[in-house]
Amino acid sequence: MAFDKMELRDIEVWDGNFAAAQALRQCQIDVVAAYPITPSTPIVEGYAKFLADGYVEGEFVMVESEHAAMSGCIGAAAAGGRVATATSSQGFALMVETLYQASGMRLPIVLNVVNRALAAPLNVNGDHSDMYLGRDSGWIQLDAYCPQDAYDLNFIAFKVSEDHDVRLPCMVHQDGFMTSHTAQGVHTLADDVAYSFIGDFKPMNDMLDFEHPVTHGVQTEEDWHFEHKARQHNDLMTKVMPKIQAAFDEFEKLSGRKYNIVESYNMDDADVCVVCMGTSVETAREVAQEMREKGIKAGVVGLRVIRPFPFFEIAEALKGVKAVAALDRSSPNGAPGMLFNEIAGCLYNTQERALLSGYVYGLGGRDLTKAHLVSLYKELQANVDAGKVLTPLQQFIGVRGPKLAFL
Amino acid sequence: MSEMKKIKNLKEFSTSADRFEGANLLCPGCAHSIIVREVLNATNDDLVLSASTGCLEVCTAVYPYTSWDASWIHIGFENGSTAVAGAEAMYKALKTKGRLKQPDRNPKFVSFAGDGASYDIGFQWISGCMERGHNIMHVVLDNEVYANTGGQRSSSTPIGSSSTTAPAGRVSYGEKKNKKDMVAIMASHNIPYAAQVAPNKWKDMVKKIQHGFAVDGPVFINAVSPCTTEWKFDPKDTMHLTDLSTDSLVFPLYEIIDGHELNITYRPKDVVPVEEYLAAQGRFKHLFKDEYKYLIKEWQERVDAQWAHLNRREEARV
Repeated sequence: MAFDKMELRDIEVWDGNFAAAQALRQCQIDVVAAYPITPSTPIVEGYAKFLADGYVEGEFVMVESEHAAMSGCIGAAAAGGRVATATSSQGFALMVETLYQASGMRLPIVLNVVNRALAAPLNVNGDHSDMYLGRDSGWIQLDAYCPQDAYDLNFIAFKVSEDHDVRLPCMVHQDGFMTSHTAQGVHTLADDVAYSFIGDFKPMNDMLDFEHPVTHGVQTEEDWHFEHKARQHNDLMTKVMPKIQAAFDEFEKLSGRKYNIVESYNMDDADVCVVCMGTSVETAREVAQEMREKGIKAGVVGLRVIRPFPFFEIAEALKGVKAVAALDRSSPNGAPGMLFNEIAGCLYNTQERALLSGYVYGLGGRDLTKAHLVSLYKELQANVDAGKVLTPLQQFIGVRGPKLAFL
Repeated sequence: MSEMKKIKNLKEFSTSADRFEGANLLCPGCAHSIIVREVLNATNDDLVLSASTGCLEVCTAVYPYTSWDASWIHIGFENGSTAVAGAEAMYKALKTKGRLKQPDRNPKFVSFAGDGASYDIGFQWISGCMERGHNIMHVVLDNEVYANTGGQRSSSTPIGSSSTTAPAGRVSYGEKKNKKDMVAIMASHNIPYAAQVAPNKWKDMVKKIQHGFAVDGPVFINAVSPCTTEWKFDPKDTMHLTDLSTDSLVFPLYEIIDGHELNITYRPKDVVPVEEYLAAQGRFKHLFKDEYKYLIKEWQERVDAQWAHLNRREEARV
């Protein structure tokens, strides 16, 4: 091979961006087409430096926009090889057209999304607006809570996305700055071990197989469009979760690190719990533990897989819980939050339906503090005691001015 | 080295093996299919093709059918150039890594797009591809209008024509701006080869396409593609219209090598007045009213000035 391996210590101090860049290096991407945007820029910068230093081989195409980045990734993936890129926020928004094209064309591409708010007003900090924008795009979406996850989930992403039964692109989300720029200890895999987990890329319908010409990206109207979309949805609903679970299991054997489709914490006997994503999961876990000392049986449910949505896994995780708070880190702009709605759907037909309330928090990088979560858990306990939701169904946490509450 | 076709005459040309089937949904008399066949016939090498959203795309790949017997991709309206650029990057990567399934091949990467997809919505993508030096060829099927969606103006639409979004009317002669000089803009990226071609001058076309395939780096080709539907002429007259476009010098045929060496490749023996070119098309019909006849005179002056400019560039080698 014409590139050098890198000797890593068992534990490296990496931020989420560098952890993702290292994972991409170890996956030996064939083509990266990318455009820089805060806070994901260091991922592609890291990759560029690996290339400049001879630690990766392949083509790195710095294009003129995020739309072109994903367009180039689509062309490269259709040609037949391993493809990845990274983006955030406005760049993600610019990419949206091509996200649907990538998934509709059933091309395995891994996109690291370092979550950031969407303008206006312009803001570089973390929230989940971009993640939510992508939720109907037909991609698999995995969620990292810390740099370790950002590293590990990239391997899971390639493994699942490139599986010939799946052939769907996959996003790996991490919180802007809170994960992407916060250095922590990251347990590493040796280069060979990491690569052997995902294995060589196995092309399918590749344009560079000239003995078997293929037509990608056809026109379908009312006669066939619905069948194509239905089939894609069918595969997301039926094939992806088992593949993710299998990849988690295999990864656990390899690394000792266990990931779950839904990450439950202190849920066995919980009366109250929050459901959230990203770095907030870790904060909520700390507070949940502390609430136990105050006599409130608190738990946390974190989503590890956002799409396909873990409908049954969430319902299972929430079994026996009396009050649930859905925490949405994206402005619902005139509706209940996405998590609130999805969880309501999970619970509606269950026997012992928990009391559900929604909270909007953390927009534009606003902190979710432990104090916020303490009072939130207390509100949930009060709901349990009263046997009904005492608060409005939608409250805003941590926003200045008069208390905002709706529904 | 790439393998080039040797084609002696039109008969041989028309019966040569091609990878673009006659079975497609393009209008009778559409020049697109003629141009595409001429481009593809210029090589026997393997092809990786893209089409941007537009007439060519919607008429040649309607599931479950395809008119293409070559690797082909369509993503969207604006990004066909970047699609083949991505594929070309993958080809280079797999070549370096020794993973090509047929390592002895010498594929050509070509994106086809209309003027709307090139001059307007895809402009940035094409510019990016030209600037980055991908080994691709972008071919504009220039019919000077958004024909696929019913004839809206693009920045290639010429002055005085009537389109559905710049229609001629009681108080308007239609399009107010003359078309963008896309060949000059693309040549200014200092790419190895840019050229304007026309399907009637097929030998000139094949020579230019083969030149484009032979160079290392991005190539830009602008092909005049008379549109029977939007230019409003009888479908049987496509080649006649193409002849008028080249022989009136409205579409002069030339090439620009390395961004500066301009060669005029066709000098009509008998230059046709621009008025004849305009008169043959319904989209310019209103210009023949008395109040707009001055525009026909201005058309001729503009074409003369453009021709003089090209000649001066050729002479000065700039």
